[in-house]
Amino acid sequence: MVKEIERAGFPVVHICTVTPISLTVGANRIVPAIAIPHPLGDPGLDREEEYKLRRKIVETALHALTTEVDEQTIFEVK
Amino acid sequence: MAKYKVVHYVNQFYGQIGGEEKADIPPEKHEGKLGPGLGLATALGDDYEIVETIICGDSYFGEHMDEALPVITKWVEEIKPDLFIAGPAFNAGRYGVACGAVCKAVGELGIPTVTGMYEENPGADMYKSDTIIVKTRDSAAGMRKAVPAMAKIAKKLAEGEELGSAEEEGYIPTGVRTNYFAEERGSKRAVDMLVKKLAGEPFITEYPMPIFDKVDPAPAVKDLSKATIALVTSGGIVPKGNPDRIESSSASKYGEYSIEGIADLDPSNSETAHGGYDPVYANEDADRVLPVDVLREMEKDGEIGKLFERFYTTTGNGTAVASAKKFAEEIAQKLKNANVDAVILTST
Amino acid sequence: MKLQLGYIDIKDIQFDKNPRIENGVLFVDPDALIQSVLQDELIKDAHFEIARPGESVRITPVKDVIQPRVKVEGEGGIFPGVMAKTTTVGSGVTHVLRGMSVVTVGRIVGFQEGIIDMTGPGADYTPFSKLNNLCLVMEPVENFKQHEYEHAARMAGFRVACEIAEMARNLTPDETQEFETVSIKESFKQYPDLPRVAYVQMLQSQGLLHDTYVYGVDAKRIVPTIIYPTETMDGAIISGNCVSACDKNTTYHHQNNPVVAELYAAHGKTINFVGQVITNENVYLADKIRSSDWTAKLCEYLAVDGAIISQEGFGNPDTDLIMNCTKIEDKGIKTVIITDEYAGQDGKSQSLADADPKANACVTGGNANMVIHLPKMDKVIGTLDYVDKIAGGHDGSLAEDGSIEAELQVITGATNEMGFNKLSAR
Repeated sequence: MVKEIERAGFPVVHICTVTPISLTVGANRIVPAIAIPHPLGDPGLDREEEYKLRRKIVETALHALTTEVDEQTIFEVK
Repeated sequence: MAKYKVVHYVNQFYGQIGGEEKADIPPEKHEGKLGPGLGLATALGDDYEIVETIICGDSYFGEHMDEALPVITKWVEEIKPDLFIAGPAFNAGRYGVACGAVCKAVGELGIPTVTGMYEENPGADMYKSDTIIVKTRDSAAGMRKAVPAMAKIAKKLAEGEELGSAEEEGYIPTGVRTNYFAEERGSKRAVDMLVKKLAGEPFITEYPMPIFDKVDPAPAVKDLSKATIALVTSGGIVPKGNPDRIESSSASKYGEYSIEGIADLDPSNSETAHGGYDPVYANEDADRVLPVDVLREMEKDGEIGKLFERFYTTTGNGTAVASAKKFAEEIAQKLKNANVDAVILTST
Repeated sequence: MKLQLGYIDIKDIQFDKNPRIENGVLFVDPDALIQSVLQDELIKDAHFEIARPGESVRITPVKDVIQPRVKVEGEGGIFPGVMAKTTTVGSGVTHVLRGMSVVTVGRIVGFQEGIIDMTGPGADYTPFSKLNNLCLVMEPVENFKQHEYEHAARMAGFRVACEIAEMARNLTPDETQEFETVSIKESFKQYPDLPRVAYVQMLQSQGLLHDTYVYGVDAKRIVPTIIYPTETMDGAIISGNCVSACDKNTTYHHQNNPVVAELYAAHGKTINFVGQVITNENVYLADKIRSSDWTAKLCEYLAVDGAIISQEGFGNPDTDLIMNCTKIEDKGIKTVIITDEYAGQDGKSQSLADADPKANACVTGGNANMVIHLPKMDKVIGTLDYVDKIAGGHDGSLAEDGSIEAELQVITGATNEMGFNKLSAR
């Protein structure tokens, strides 16, 4: 999916847990997520902490969208 | 009268009309066999009769496919043959594409089709899953071998016999996966394959690994504070109640839903339709899959220009790559029309 | 470790007030047997039905399939850590009721339970159409929590299987078979000239309702480890798994692991089968990396030349499969992987979510997306209420005439990735 959308000319950032699949299917900007059932959350944290974590991942994703890349790149969440 | 009626398709050259100077002739039909059809008729034997040969110029077909195809299929429908053969086209590119396209269209009428091409003919890759393409040499010098090979497979198809594997029968692998019952159970086949692999003997894998193609990265977003960002997910987040009944697996559709005025996803407005992962967490708080809450806040604070008012969703598990590709193409078109600048795609 | 299996052939099941096994017929007293099921307060109602091969019967939604076995000699009991103490099993003598199973049926979870047809085209795809099936149909109390009820249903099936198997304790088996795996040191001496081979079994462990248990331990909390293949014959590994019916390993599959069976059959002839490694399929990338590193490490440690890797489920576990395969190959160990395919209804799509050229020896259980038409059956055990919702079904799968059009995915065990069946794709 990610590839077909990118083909249309927009930058796409793929937030996913299983980054090897993302690399195989050809995403160019990849941000690792937490876990498959909750990529942008962690039920083990309290609501506020969880929101902060999600915000960090989204910030990383936006950073990826504003970064020029010439090959497949994984942007680690700091 | 022969048992099986055959229609044969050739280009202007093999139809004995002329060379490149005649490549722009529109389709015409000729009663009986012609050119390579003579050899084909011999190879097919007495039970088969080529009742009509359809000829079309390669350039004409290439430039007017939309006009040529309906004419050709109409003629074929009038005859209702038991078999349709095109070419062989060897390594002639336009001819190969024409043979493939015509076979595909005729195949859709429920008539078995066969053609022949050199492996590197562009038509081979385009139509290998739509018709049986017998492997030939790259030039007409291979006619003597190609014709009997095509006839053999054509007869099997016409008589409803099951085709063997591409390797055994000499056709280009169709890329279409078909189930069948093997002689041995899978675990036995695995042990046998391992024994061969360990001994350094040749073995045949049951699924050759695919090569995934790549797309060049699109340019980065210049100014986030002016950008419209859209959310797409394969995690199956849907409005409460799954109004379009998106399937839990092998999705046949995607959803397009408004998030206008929604600041936060919660169990009162969303859930997941995905059947491939534990739904508890996403049902509790769908922001865990589709981060609407964070993006809304960023929109309010001016960090991003705008969160696009609709999101797109499907379930990724068991969904065929071809369907996903089709969904994505449609979604991309819609996003483009709406002047979206960038996409965040989340997967579970 | 050496285990003898004594097979008691069951040719029919009948209801009778006097439970016994006589001349290959299993007589069960449903009223007495149901009591142990109803003990569980989450189960409101339950009853038994019998489905025999060739009968016009459709069983759905199927949760698990279990073969009754009883430990006759040796340490421990069947289903250690679950129904028996956690004592190590896999040695001594075990009696097996062959030709039958206990099938747990009923409204169980959201969308992932399967269909067993006892006759017709669907029957060709499931191994369980060839068995006499004692079906335990359960109805939960109102307002249950899915995972708690899954647990209750799972335990009910095991209780019934164990109670029935007890009847076979003192019977003389129709056939016996012995299986032995020796220590690493011994294994070098046993067949020094044959290539050493291990079995790497991947267990579904993606989360609640997608789980497998090893000696009662949730497999997502294990690190890859070594197990004697005979331990699995005594129920060391059980299914708590509700993923797509076609490629989930039921408890019956674990008890009768076909890879273990074929590796034992080839042991001493073409290969030296030295042991089994079990690993999981977790949802965190770090777990996937750790587990695949460990399977490769354990294969190296066992000093094997080759390994067969079997998968369970599809989608992101395809990555675990490819990671296991490439890391083991990188150790210089030759692999064959067993998987199944999701190539689309037209068979034209990419079959796996992940791929690598090193995975050059692959056995497939078939394309699970293939559409199959299942004619109406005279009798339904369970309910057809969920046919449209189970994975592989779609809105309108169930036609008004009672026939079903759905993907092969809906059929329990159809594209099993331990290679239980003959189905393949090309």
